[in-house]
Amino acid sequence: MNLEEFFNMGGYAFYVWSSYGIALLVLLVNIIAPLRQRNKLLNKIADTARRQARRNA
Amino acid sequence: MFNNFFHRMASPKHFYGLAGILIPWLAVPCLLLTLAGLYYGLVKAPPDYQQGDSYRIMFIHVPAAWMSLFIYIVMAGAGAIGLIWRIKLAEVVAISSAPIGASFTFLALITGSIWGKPMWGTWWVWDARLTSELILLFLYLGVIALNNAIDDKRTAARAVAILALVGVINIPIIHYSVEWWNTLHQGPTVTKFDKPSIHLSMLIPLLLMAVAFKLYYAFVVLMRARCEVLERERNSGWVKELAEKT
Repeated sequence: MNLEEFFNMGGYAFYVWSSYGIALLVLLVNIIAPLRQRNKLLNKIADTARRQARRNA
Repeated sequence: MFNNFFHRMASPKHFYGLAGILIPWLAVPCLLLTLAGLYYGLVKAPPDYQQGDSYRIMFIHVPAAWMSLFIYIVMAGAGAIGLIWRIKLAEVVAISSAPIGASFTFLALITGSIWGKPMWGTWWVWDARLTSELILLFLYLGVIALNNAIDDKRTAARAVAILALVGVINIPIIHYSVEWWNTLHQGPTVTKFDKPSIHLSMLIPLLLMAVAFKLYYAFVVLMRARCEVLERERNSGWVKELAEKT
């Protein structure tokens, strides 16, 4: 099979590749979202702790 | 001692650490199986004699649809455990599953729609399978919205569990819809009692992708659960310590 045939998908290129593209996008977003949320949470918690320490000092 | 073991495992701090160790051990096999599944599905498997190459959408569509049901059952089961035994970790797993389940349901619907256009000549029909799967998406979105609407995490978890359990009625409806009603959606080819009516060259990538998606759910739900644990335990010493180190 040559590369052009592969990308052409027997004339169904749009349908096949858009399906796989959307799937990749959705699956990646689901990995990135909790990573970002974790960083955000830890920063927020550290901020609060620092503010509390300053108030106590 | 046995009891003690479970208590320790279910403690938020222990869970957070254990999940952190497990995530890469699930993510790497997931990636490898996905690559193998893509290779066998997109390159090695021959075109279908009726559908040509368009059937390759199946390798995303079918595992995603399986996951949409599987995750719902896990979510409702974890919700029930949280409701009955008040185990916090079960609540965390239930609520962390919802966005992942919604994503797979969305994928099953959208890839089905994209597959339907060239094969059925339409993006959408209101047939039993498609409609019940759309209701599943709304159930997931309902669970997420309900959880966000209630400030107290434990009250929210209880409300969410009840909604999820009521929605379980939809699961057998989705599964049997293609048998109970005469629909445009094709019947099952893999999950039936006699031999699957699918050739091995197509069954192998399908199963590879199915296992890869299971692993994907496992590590992503752990990632989300870790965030949920951090938020719930933000006032405890170990979380503050962890936050200060970053």
